[in-house]
Amino acid sequence: MRKLVFIIFFLNFFCSITWAAKTFVYCSEASPKIFNPQLATDGPTFNASSRTVYNRLVDFKSGGTEIVPSLAESWSVNKLGTIFTFHLRRDVKFQTTDFFKPTRSLNADDVLFSFDRMRLKDHPYHKVNGGLYQYFDGMDMGSLIKNISKTDDYTVVFELAHPEAPFLANLAMDFSSILSKEYGDVLLKKGTPDKIDFEPVGTGPFIFKKYVKDNLIRYSSNKNYFMGPAQIENLIFAITPDASVRFQKLKAGECHFIAEPSPADVPKIEKDGKFIVTKAPGLNIGYLAFNTKKKPLDNLLVRKAIHLALNRDAYIQAIYLGNAKKAKNPIPPTMWSYNDQIKDYEYNPTKAKELLAQAGFKKGFETEIWTLPVSRPYNPNGKRMGEMMQEDLAKVGVKVKLVTYKWAEYLNKAANGEHALLQLGWTGDNGDPDNFLNTLLGCDGIAKGSNYAQWCDKDFQNHIKKAKMTADIELREKHYKMAQEIFKANVPWVTIAHATVFKAMDKKVKGYKASPFGYESFYEVNLEK
Amino acid sequence: MIKILRYRLFAILPTLLGVSIIAFALIRLAPGDPVMLMLGERGATPEVYQKMQASLGLDQPVLLQYFKYLGQLFTGNFGTSITSQRPVFEEFMDRFPATMELGIVGMLFAILFGVPMGIISAAKRKTPLDYTLMGGALLGYSMPIFWWALVLIMFFSVQLGWTPVSGRISVMYEIDQVTGFLLIDSLLSEESWPAFKSALHHLILPAFVLGTIPLAVIARMTRSSLLEVLREDYIRTARAKGLTEQRVIVLHGLKNALIPIVTVIGLMLGAVLTGAILTETIFSWPGIGRWFVSSVEARDYPVIQGGIILIALTVMIVNLLVDLIYLWVNPLLREES
Repeated sequence: MRKLVFIIFFLNFFCSITWAAKTFVYCSEASPKIFNPQLATDGPTFNASSRTVYNRLVDFKSGGTEIVPSLAESWSVNKLGTIFTFHLRRDVKFQTTDFFKPTRSLNADDVLFSFDRMRLKDHPYHKVNGGLYQYFDGMDMGSLIKNISKTDDYTVVFELAHPEAPFLANLAMDFSSILSKEYGDVLLKKGTPDKIDFEPVGTGPFIFKKYVKDNLIRYSSNKNYFMGPAQIENLIFAITPDASVRFQKLKAGECHFIAEPSPADVPKIEKDGKFIVTKAPGLNIGYLAFNTKKKPLDNLLVRKAIHLALNRDAYIQAIYLGNAKKAKNPIPPTMWSYNDQIKDYEYNPTKAKELLAQAGFKKGFETEIWTLPVSRPYNPNGKRMGEMMQEDLAKVGVKVKLVTYKWAEYLNKAANGEHALLQLGWTGDNGDPDNFLNTLLGCDGIAKGSNYAQWCDKDFQNHIKKAKMTADIELREKHYKMAQEIFKANVPWVTIAHATVFKAMDKKVKGYKASPFGYESFYEVNLEK
Repeated sequence: MIKILRYRLFAILPTLLGVSIIAFALIRLAPGDPVMLMLGERGATPEVYQKMQASLGLDQPVLLQYFKYLGQLFTGNFGTSITSQRPVFEEFMDRFPATMELGIVGMLFAILFGVPMGIISAAKRKTPLDYTLMGGALLGYSMPIFWWALVLIMFFSVQLGWTPVSGRISVMYEIDQVTGFLLIDSLLSEESWPAFKSALHHLILPAFVLGTIPLAVIARMTRSSLLEVLREDYIRTARAKGLTEQRVIVLHGLKNALIPIVTVIGLMLGAVLTGAILTETIFSWPGIGRWFVSSVEARDYPVIQGGIILIALTVMIVNLLVDLIYLWVNPLLREES
């Protein structure tokens, strides 16, 4: 009898997991820092706030980088490209939560409130919770936006200091999320303004319910969502920092979707018939920049020779474990205006030697490669890549010394142009080609310290400037495609790779679209029974 | 006794001062810059950098920063976290119950299994049972925690499906925080028993992993201490009186062998209560160990400084309590004091 009781207890105790109806569990990689994307720069915070609770005036198309209407149903731009007028959608309801019941729908005041908080130093919310608007300030939005005003309750006008076509894409970024002014006013009256960033109220598909620190975040579906309610009823972020444990949780059925599976686990996940792994080149680029102001790298023949001498396929296998796409352009293939017609420089040491001889370096020369001191998705192991580059270049007679510094020093010295060859990379912010081409290769970038090739080409600059001044997408695309051709002909970088972004999920998960930006949105997701 | 207590309490202050200097200096000597980390690769223009550095107060001379910090400490202010913008003390207290719950259960497991293992080994000295138990203890002591935890997860959670992989309680239960100890809070909740069962369920593997090393140390310490005591004359006398071996070992032997065991338990308790970094990371346990790791990664200076001081304070309090237990266990010390 005693044995029987024990067995019953044992079976009862170690019972399997049963989920409540339509509860979706996402095993995320880290805790959100705060629940306001204006004050953050990290993915976990964006996923937990801007992609669940909030919306923006415009948004990126699900799974793409195109701009689509969101809280603004339409917009217009003046001829000069300096005035953007947004017409807001009507009857967009803010979420009713346990801590706030809105009395009105979204209007222009909410848009003004959200942007004024970031840009006006005397705004009552400007200094709340640290007041560091890293993205807004980092992208110089404060000086770009001259004024924001409303002409009526549903029309907002942004006046810019100069024409800036990528401005629209900036408004689709996480930091441009729209908060509720009414909620802000209520909190201010109560004397607890800091709560606005920890107990969020937005217009998005999910309502924030509870955050158990470092453990989990609960959301429920917003039944009044203006695009229609999500198909899942409850959304849970189970914070699981270790990648191998996330994989075990997926296997044990404790989560439906895991963040950042370890590349080493990907083949195992794929092999198991119960899961799906999606792969897509991320919105990133890993490159080796030539300091085009230094001899002999100012010589185009030398740059071409080095490009031809580097076996990038080998790096992709050894450094990225095959999880990357070889790059031929400075922008990733998921970005609009990507020029697929461009011919890449294929690995050819013999041709490289010939070009070096033509350039007057038959016996080669000595140079330095600065290796990335940190691990980044666009270059997971700079040192190892440096060693492989060193071997490749030795074959064509170029003797390379590997150099590195601490991260901050590395960036500062490189910004001053102290390097010869430099490993670096970039992850896109707003899906706009300008964010890559102008930031990393524009002439202004030399002074700002973001154009590490120190390369300034008049034609290239002309194209990206023209593309920036117009809101006509077709025209912009044409300019960017031309700019990519000029880039390829001048070789300011060796374009190395676009690292692949993995997503792993249970087979029951349907309707998921991977974002090229790497953020997670579960609005369209459904769970098959 | 009061004299000792007073002395120990006074000693806390200079120790904390020393800890504050080390904590403050170490984090600044370590590579990495919180401003750069916060800015990432974008927006790292000198102006933006300076603006952020100034707003964090990191542009001032280090000595001035330290004295300002010390001044804050005297008013009980441990600073504000750079990343969360919340007071460090509040952040610590939010997570401490989770660490304490895991630590206490882990230690209970280590004591409940470690002491009997040591006693059996001592009683059956140089027998296959002794070798097996002590071999097992040595194995437990030398096993890499990370690997051990993953093996247990793969076997018990994934293969057998007996225990959950990680977390504190099933995500299905919404438990309001009353004490912060989920075993208690779950019983106080509406779901009561099922929620308690889930919380206990989630505690098994992490407590087992956390308790593995203390168990091995306690078992070995119990054995060697008991063996030493068993050689004493009064044990021989007890045996000569015709007492059973069980009575001799437990009543006469163990009681006298307790002091080194209590010392070890005290030291181990101090360690597990201050955040088991690996165990908490693997089992996604929302305690101070994990909080500390992510703060170090983000170079969150105030959290690292304040966290080290609070952890040191916890260790000192635990050690003080252990000393008091000593006095209770050892009458000789009581008389000396």
